[in-house]
Amino acid sequence: MRPTTAPAPLLFVVTLAVSVFMLAPIGLSVLAGLVRNYSVGVKSGFTLRWLGEVWENYGSTVGASIGIGLACVAATVVLGVPCAYMLARSRSRAARVFEEVLTLPVAVPGLATALALILVYGQMASFRQSFGFILVGHIVFTLPFMVRTVAAAFQRDELRALEEAARTLGASFAQRFLGVLVPAVLPAIVAGCLMVFTLSIGEFNLTWMLHTPLTRTLPVGLADSYASMRLEIGSAYTLVFLAVILPVLWALQALAATLQKRYGT
Amino acid sequence: MQLERTRIEIVDCAKTYADGTRGLRPTTLTIEPGEVIALLGPSGCGKTTLLRLLAGLEGADPGGRVLFGDQDVTARPVEKRGVGMVFQSYALFPQMTVAANIGYGLKVRGVDGAERRRAVGELVDLVRLNGLENKRPAELSGGQRQRVALARAVAVRPRVLLLDEPLAALDAKLKESLRDELAELLRRLGITAVHVTHDQHEAFAIADRLAVMHAGSIVQVGDAEALYRAPAHAFVAEFLGRVNRLERDADAVARGVVRLGGVEWACAPLATAANRTASASVLVRPEDLQLGPRRPDWAAATVRHRTFLGERIHLRVEAAGQQPLLADVPRDSPFNVGDEVGLWIAPDRLMASMETAA
Repeated sequence: MRPTTAPAPLLFVVTLAVSVFMLAPIGLSVLAGLVRNYSVGVKSGFTLRWLGEVWENYGSTVGASIGIGLACVAATVVLGVPCAYMLARSRSRAARVFEEVLTLPVAVPGLATALALILVYGQMASFRQSFGFILVGHIVFTLPFMVRTVAAAFQRDELRALEEAARTLGASFAQRFLGVLVPAVLPAIVAGCLMVFTLSIGEFNLTWMLHTPLTRTLPVGLADSYASMRLEIGSAYTLVFLAVILPVLWALQALAATLQKRYGT
Repeated sequence: MQLERTRIEIVDCAKTYADGTRGLRPTTLTIEPGEVIALLGPSGCGKTTLLRLLAGLEGADPGGRVLFGDQDVTARPVEKRGVGMVFQSYALFPQMTVAANIGYGLKVRGVDGAERRRAVGELVDLVRLNGLENKRPAELSGGQRQRVALARAVAVRPRVLLLDEPLAALDAKLKESLRDELAELLRRLGITAVHVTHDQHEAFAIADRLAVMHAGSIVQVGDAEALYRAPAHAFVAEFLGRVNRLERDADAVARGVVRLGGVEWACAPLATAANRTASASVLVRPEDLQLGPRRPDWAAATVRHRTFLGERIHLRVEAAGQQPLLADVPRDSPFNVGDEVGLWIAPDRLMASMETAA
């Protein structure tokens, strides 16, 4: 059966208008990063000079952000997947309370979370001055996204049956967890990874509080450039951001789609 | 492939869930070596609970014991109990191939690769899945999945095979052909098997003996024919097939008869069963009602409704002194709505109807 494809002109116009409204700022920002002088406009001609300057001043933030993003994904998988399993299997009140507490950093402003981290760990100078400090902040903020996504997958009835089947066949907990359960929820884990990576790359308000002049991420650098440099440099920075992040996201999404196709039930 | 035949004994096993509901009343049941027994009953009767107790997926209340052969396995967790289980949804591992699914139990036991491939190959032959070894469960039909689940369960040479509604996930036509196949496969394996189902035809086709369950207890155990012909309880009679209920007043009970359409039938064997509370009603199956022309010694009845079912015809007949009765007659039966007919029931087809003490 084919879906009906009757033309809907009104819907088309609304969709177009919303798309233009949302895409125009991005397009204009990209353009601003490529023109010689934004106040003069396109007439002033195009240049790659601003991109070069961004790379020179903030190039290191690209690697730092991707590194933190990947480390954050790894940490949330290691911490979050077993946690999701426990939450999915436990019916106790303590587990429900724990789940709420885990979600708290999403609701509480990032600034508050950051402040708390600084109050407790600020005196440990080497930790405070490392990227590890930012990473911890990102893990606190992204962990609930991983846990919720994966716990929902673990809760499905088929998963309980799979686990019982593995048990009747003599599999120990480690054998069935790593050999049966984790592969069976792999699509959910991949979806969680994608979300965690995306959130970590774009995270600003926690990171702003936690960073030091030597530990800057892409969004922090972007804020810095907007605040302290020409508008064209800030805009060129946006372009760099898009150029770096979009391919990574696309690659991860393709990977997720492949896995889902292969392992999806 | 020949498997060990183990006697299974369930002694005083009961199950009370954490919230206080009684899943199973104290139950005792012995399953002979190599026997296929069906736990049959409606949903919520405790049949799945009993199966899970056997598997070790649930623990019995204190005092209950489960024995496999001479060994008390009550305290053994499911991983070490040596059971094979086929789940209702089959619970095949979705990311593994057919061969990896079947070999999983051997793999976690540390059986080496060559030996595992040999065992898997033998099982693939046994359940006729040749050529599908590298497919994933999602690519298989329902019947194929069921056979993978069975092969996976017996690969570890379990002492007992547990089947939880193994045909429930299939459509009606396929179910019928697969139940005979499953019955044959179980006989070839020779393994002691417990088969849980709510479908009496499935139980008849697959099991040597049936244990009919109701409200957390086993009501009656026996082979299919005995249960069908001589049910000890009205529940068993009604669950295994259609029944008509013939009511009796105190006088009829005292004289050991049942009245129908102006005729009295003696049902003495029921009344003299002194250890039973002689119940007022008597049961009779629709196929045991014989219809013919009116005769003085047959009950007088009138056909009120006729349903043509293909191979059989169902007639609803009315006779004085009883509720309308259902008669299941051959398709060549000449009677139609409004016909005056004679009705005969062979006395030995009248069944007692002890009510279950639920």
